[in-house]
Amino acid sequence: VWCFLDACGTQAAVTEIVFVFSLPADIISTVEFNHTGELLATGDKGGRVVIFQREQESKNQPHRRGEYNVYSTFQSHEPEFDYLKSLEIEEKINKIRWLPQQNAAYFLLSTNDKTVKLWKVSERDKRPEGYNLKDEDGRLRDPSMITVLRVPVLRPMDLMVEATPRRVFANAHTYHINSISVNSDYETYMSADDLRINLWNFEITNQSFNIVDIKPANMEELTEVITAAEFHPHHCNTFVYSSSKGTIRLCDMRTAALCDRHAKFFEEPEDPSNRSFFSEIISSISDVKFSHSGRYIMTRDYLTVKVWDLNMENRPIETYQVHDYLRSKLCSLYENDCIFDKFECVWNGSDSVIMTGSYNNFFRMFDRNTKRDVTLEASRENSKPRAILKPRKVCVGGKRRKDEISVDSLDFSKKILHTAWHPSENIIAVAATNNLYIFQDKVN
Amino acid sequence: MAAPLGTGAFTEETGQEKQDTQEKDRAIPPERAEEAKLKAKYPNLGQKPGGSDFLMKRLQKGQKYFDSGDYNMAKAKMKNKQLPSAGPDKNLVTGDHIPTPQDLPQRKSSLVTSKLAG
Repeated sequence: VWCFLDACGTQAAVTEIVFVFSLPADIISTVEFNHTGELLATGDKGGRVVIFQREQESKNQPHRRGEYNVYSTFQSHEPEFDYLKSLEIEEKINKIRWLPQQNAAYFLLSTNDKTVKLWKVSERDKRPEGYNLKDEDGRLRDPSMITVLRVPVLRPMDLMVEATPRRVFANAHTYHINSISVNSDYETYMSADDLRINLWNFEITNQSFNIVDIKPANMEELTEVITAAEFHPHHCNTFVYSSSKGTIRLCDMRTAALCDRHAKFFEEPEDPSNRSFFSEIISSISDVKFSHSGRYIMTRDYLTVKVWDLNMENRPIETYQVHDYLRSKLCSLYENDCIFDKFECVWNGSDSVIMTGSYNNFFRMFDRNTKRDVTLEASRENSKPRAILKPRKVCVGGKRRKDEISVDSLDFSKKILHTAWHPSENIIAVAATNNLYIFQDKVN
Repeated sequence: MAAPLGTGAFTEETGQEKQDTQEKDRAIPPERAEEAKLKAKYPNLGQKPGGSDFLMKRLQKGQKYFDSGDYNMAKAKMKNKQLPSAGPDKNLVTGDHIPTPQDLPQRKSSLVTSKLAG
């Protein structure tokens, strides 16, 4: 079920609600545009992948940019039970990453907790007809009844989009995979779990190289885990990984086969007088992303988004408060486990705006140049035709103005963990539980 | 890195002082006030160092216990004497309660049939 909504607004860079898709049954667990922005992939808790494709722009309606329609749906992962370790393996898709397009087919990597798969999505619009040994239904013909030979020809057929698993990269992770990242050499990619990072070649499924291993000899000494990892967008030897202690390590694969020793270590000094039971938990980095330029990295922890310059390790260059009003709610957020929610963050195509999600189906955008920020809401109730996507405001106590919402009224079950930004245009995809919202900026 | 919990500037909250704390929120950072609330509710929290409790829980996500050896041994024993079968509590680990395959979550049937099957 999808509906097309038209809206106008002038406040923020992205203000117009364009599409709302409701995916059947399952919670969306990852969203990713491909390198051209033509395709948008979502993965869900049920192991399914749904790919949307942008319509070609029509010359008749130049003011209306291409709509996204469902292009392909397939079951990527199934639930499994590892009897040897008594471990239940969820089919939930943790991450999807696209490969750049090199021929007519599209390729993407999708992963659950244990297994990465390479999927090929291709179109079929012709089929052979006129076989000699079988009829059009596929039933075999009796060879003795065949008196005439014919040459099968390719005839047009209704477009069929097929997804086939081309590679399955299994059995390389003892712990749960949190990240995958395609290398800029387009020949290798990495997969990261809580304690280890492996490097794969796309062609080879029975071998992978371990490039980071932070498992202590004695598990009692475990103090931190890997939370996210990503390759540098241009330098195929460089990658970063973040930890549950709020640190980021940059590694260079040229220095050693095992990159346990970092080339750079990014950590913000902490004010010891501010330390509390919650300090380490809220400093845990849930996502790390390189800027498109490759000069900066952005990290998301529970309350903030930070931008770091690769040339400066001792502190971030920018810090943005996502929802600082939650600081006085940490006790209950710990009790209901929300404090462990893993929010992602994204850059826009020009690295000038960053976006991340929050609770109550709110998401936030920060303009790095103007230092302006906006809070928007992804909600069906507030999206009617020609509605203005209004900025939202949370009031932190004292008088609540008419349009504001108080911290205590926020719905913590409505969390926006996954968002994506089109690589070149102001089109964003926001996943709110089982609904996918696509927004774009106003076209005059 | 940072000072361990329980040392340094953290002040103990007594019942009487809690009222004051809520009024003087600016004097004590909100994080500390929240910490006090948590410690009041769960006095045993934070005895182990660092975040290792959370980390171990995170690493063990998805762990279910079914030991086919235990199960078969128990089945053999049951022939001789009556043993209590697994109760409704599916999370109970081994010991006297023998988990059965039925207690495990239902496995959805795969789309791809194994080459070993029929």
